[in-house]
Order: sequence, then C-alpha cells, then structure tokens
Amino acid sequence: MSTDTTTRPSADTTPRRRSSSEPRRWGPVVFQTAALWIMAFAFIVPLAWFILSSFKPAGELFRYPLTLFPENWSVEGYTTAWSRYDFALYFRNTAVVAIVTTVLTVIVSAMTGFAFAKYKNKWLKVFFICILATTMLPTEVIMPSTFIVIRDLGLYNRIAGVIVPSIITATGIFMFRQYYRSVPDELLEAARIDGASEMRIFWSMMLPLAKPIAFTLAIFSFHWRWNDFIWPLLVLNDPNLYTLQVALRSIVGAENIDWSVLLSASVISIIPMAFVFILFQRYILNADLNSGLKG
Amino acid sequence: MSTHVESRKRRGTHIPQLAPLSFTVITMVLFVLFFVMPGGLGLYYAFTDYNGVGSPDWIGLENFANLFQDEDFYSALLRTLTYTALTVPLGFAVSLLSAWLLTHPRTKGVGPARVIFFLPWLVSPIVAGVIWRWLFGESFGLVNYLLSLVGLAPVSWQSNANLSLAVVIMAGIWGGMAFSMLLFIAALKNIPQSYYEAASIDGASTWQQFWRITLPLLRPTSFMVVLLSTIAAMKEFALIISINGGGPGTENYLMVQYIYSTGFERARIGYASAASMVLMVLLLIIAGIQMRFDKGAEYE
Repeated sequence: MSTDTTTRPSADTTPRRRSSSEPRRWGPVVFQTAALWIMAFAFIVPLAWFILSSFKPAGELFRYPLTLFPENWSVEGYTTAWSRYDFALYFRNTAVVAIVTTVLTVIVSAMTGFAFAKYKNKWLKVFFICILATTMLPTEVIMPSTFIVIRDLGLYNRIAGVIVPSIITATGIFMFRQYYRSVPDELLEAARIDGASEMRIFWSMMLPLAKPIAFTLAIFSFHWRWNDFIWPLLVLNDPNLYTLQVALRSIVGAENIDWSVLLSASVISIIPMAFVFILFQRYILNADLNSGLKG
Repeated sequence: MSTHVESRKRRGTHIPQLAPLSFTVITMVLFVLFFVMPGGLGLYYAFTDYNGVGSPDWIGLENFANLFQDEDFYSALLRTLTYTALTVPLGFAVSLLSAWLLTHPRTKGVGPARVIFFLPWLVSPIVAGVIWRWLFGESFGLVNYLLSLVGLAPVSWQSNANLSLAVVIMAGIWGGMAFSMLLFIAALKNIPQSYYEAASIDGASTWQQFWRITLPLLRPTSFMVVLLSTIAAMKEFALIISINGGGPGTENYLMVQYIYSTGFERARIGYASAASMVLMVLLLIIAGIQMRFDKGAEYE
C-alpha cells in the first residue's frame, strides 16, 4: 500500500486516501460505513423481494404470514410464463432491435462526432448546436406528430420503425466529438499527405482509435434499447413483433394481474442486461461519463 | 514512407469540402425526419382538429383555448410538476450522498455497495414498476405486511392518489439514481486530495469540507445532474404506466401519459399536439433557467 502524500493540485484519478499521519478516528468510520450499508440495504430490498418471490409457487405468493424465502422453491411461474407467452419471440425481437440499433448508433455517432471535431465549417457549428438541442427536447414529448411521420414513412408496425428513429443520439455524438478533439491533427495531416481519402482515414484509422468510446457507447445504447418502451409501444401493433417491455406491459396492464407469471416474466427480461453488466462491469462503473457528457 | 504525392492531386493542406458532409449526411437526414419534421408538424397540428386520418382542418387557437379549460390537462400538468419537484431534489441528494460515501476514504466495504446501488440501472422502467407495485400492494405487499406486524393499519398505497404518487417517486429515485451517482463519483475522484488535507490541517470538520470544498467543486456536475433528471422526470411514462397506470382512476396521469391517451386512445392528434407544445415550451423555460444559473455550462 503506497500512501501518496505529495499530491499535486492537478486532477488525481485514484480514490482519495488519507495520509497515514492522520490519527485514526473510529467514530466517523463506523458512522459512514453504517450509513452506506443502510442505504445499500434499502436499495436491494425491493429487488431481493421481487426475485425471491418469483421462485414461490403461486399458492404461496399471497399466503400470510409472508416469508422472505420461498418455503418450496419452484419454477412454476417461469414455466407458465414461458409456455403461455411466446417469450422466445419477444427475446428475438428485442435482441434484433437492440443489436441493430446499437451497431448503427455507434457508426453514425462516430462519423458525426469525427466531423464535428475535425472540420471547421460554419454549417457544422450550427448543426452541432442543433444536435445538442435535441437533449433538451426529447421526442417523447411530441410523440403524436412523430408517430404520424413514422406512419407516413411506411414504418408503422415494422421492427425498422423502432430502429430508425432511435439511431441518432446527442450523447453518443458528443462522446465521440470530445474524444476526436483530443486526437492530434498531425495524424490526419500525415494520412492526407499519404493520399488517403477522408473516408479511408476514418474507417482504417480514426474508428479503430476510438474503440474505448465505441465500446462504452455500445453498452449504453444496448441498455437504452433493451429497456425502451415508448417507441415499441407506439410503432408495433402486431403481437408477433412485440418487444419484451411491451409484452410485459400487456401482462401488468391486465384487469387481473397474474403475479406468479408477471414476476417470473420480469425476471427473465432482466437476464440479458445482467449478463452485460457482469461481463462489462468494469467499463460501466468506471466509464468517465463526465468527459463524455461534459466538455 | 510514401512518396505518391506527386502522382495525386495535392491534398496535404486542403481538406475536401464534401468530406464533412459525407460524414454527417445520415445524421442530418435522421435529424430532419425525426426531430425537425415532428416538431414542425406538431406545431401545425396544434392549430388543427387532426384525428390521424383525412386532412387536418385549421381551427386556430381553439385547441389551446380548450386545453386551458381542461381539468384533466391541469391535473396532469400539476401532477408532473409535483413529481418533478420531489424526484429531482431527493434523487440529487440520494445520488450525491451515496457517491460521497462510496468515494470517501473512511467508508468501508464500498465495492459491493457500489454494485448494489447500480443494480436498479439494469432494470427497465416497466420492470421497476412491477417491483414497486409488488412491494406496495395494498392487500398483499411486503410493506403493508411489515406494518401489520408492528400493529399498524394497512396503508392505501394504491387507492389514495397522493400515496400512490409517493410510491412512484420512490421508484423513480430508486431506478434513476445510478446514472447520477456515476457522474458524481467521477467528479468526486477528480477533486485533488491535497485540498482536503490542507483543510483538515486548518481544523475544518468533514461537514465544513463538504460544504466549502466538495459542493462548490461539483457545481458543473450538479448542474448536469439536475438538468438531466428534470428532463427525465418531466417525460416519465413507462414507470407510472407499470406501477398504477396513472391511477387511481386518472388522478395520477402525468403529461406524457395524458398526451398518449388523448392522441392515441382518443385519436385527437391535434389536441394532443397542442398539449405537446405546452410541455415543450415548459421544458425550454426550465432548460433556459438552469442554463442561466450555471455560468460554467459551456460545451466548448
């Protein structure tokens, strides 16, 4: 353990460590640790109760006294949910939407962010302001007219109708722009002197260079699209095209909720995101979001 | 090393004018199709009686005149503002407190706690709604059961409009906190440790250090968090649909749900567009006020 006592006033990215010269006071340590864990407990209770309940047989769900753990662990809810609703289909639809949109989002954001960072034109500046403005004005707010546009483009009730309107994101474009601003212009100049076209420079040099940004954006975009509700709800009418969220809504919105099925179905829908989190935890929790979202 | 320069047009110093266009053309088309057109059409529909089919008829300000006498509209607007006014500051406090505890050297066991705080991020608003609905069920929920154990009467979490909104607020904070927390954690880690050391040599308490050093230095991030969470709260839809469907009755309809139900369930596109425009103007005003407050908010 090294204790760095010669910290400079410059930004320090490691977590704060007290120098060992300071006398240890246990009161605050206990207080802060207790505060943290009380909060953490409050945060995990809803989730734990939900997941544990999903393993109770239907008869046990409402039986008093309630028990934290199921008396008889059961996957009855899961099997019913899986057989009564076509979850394989909803999974496939959601995966298509999430993956295709994510790939397109990353490529389009990278190209646009690159242009904003490396070319100086008046119209580019104006366009950049326009893109930033979209974060202030979410399209959910003007959904009646957005719906009409989607319908008139012939995208109603098609998977593409969910994908195409979701491709551009100000956050993604901004992340890439900030990143490419830190890439020295000399690199570009050198490639230009070598006679490479702008498109080639982008595809063979600039895009690979921004892999970390592409990766972070891909995780976030996948998350946005997997959990998206409003556009699939508006655009998809045919139950065979439903995504998971829309399908879940039809269960929760029913007159008499079948809780056993609903709980299990909801747990199933989280599994892919849980995998993404377990695999990429490091990238998600350490993503320097400030550099992405702020200049 | 390449010396093909002479065989080609000299490109070394001049940038092809069409290059930036070719990089941005897709974004431009999508921007025009899905932002400019809906915006323009929405503004136009707001002055018509469009119902989704046929051609819209111009009716001037009639929609707006009706809207300002529409009790459902006022109710939805008031509910949305209440929801935002409570969720944003509470969410801010919770995310800042958790980020502060997680980055403070005196706190133990931060690793697992950080993961726990982050878990709700994985959960979609629809599923978050299911989780909280299950927890606060009036006759079957865990919360009422625990209250009954200590001898309290069951609370009407679903049939009372205010309590029902309180559940939505808790769920909203629970589900939306993780992202703000990450922003705060990143910013807190960027505050040089030496500031705190100097302050504690001068005898400043932890509390004083927080107010005098941490909070002022977090200003740009705080601004970002408030702005993003305000916008998110103003357009809340999926969460409330799933928790109580805007119920009991229509008492907890939020703006986006009101727009959805007038526009799509009752096919009054023109009228719903007028409501959209009001919400849009409101968002612009809120963003404008916050921009003014934050002088450090430049994107350059």
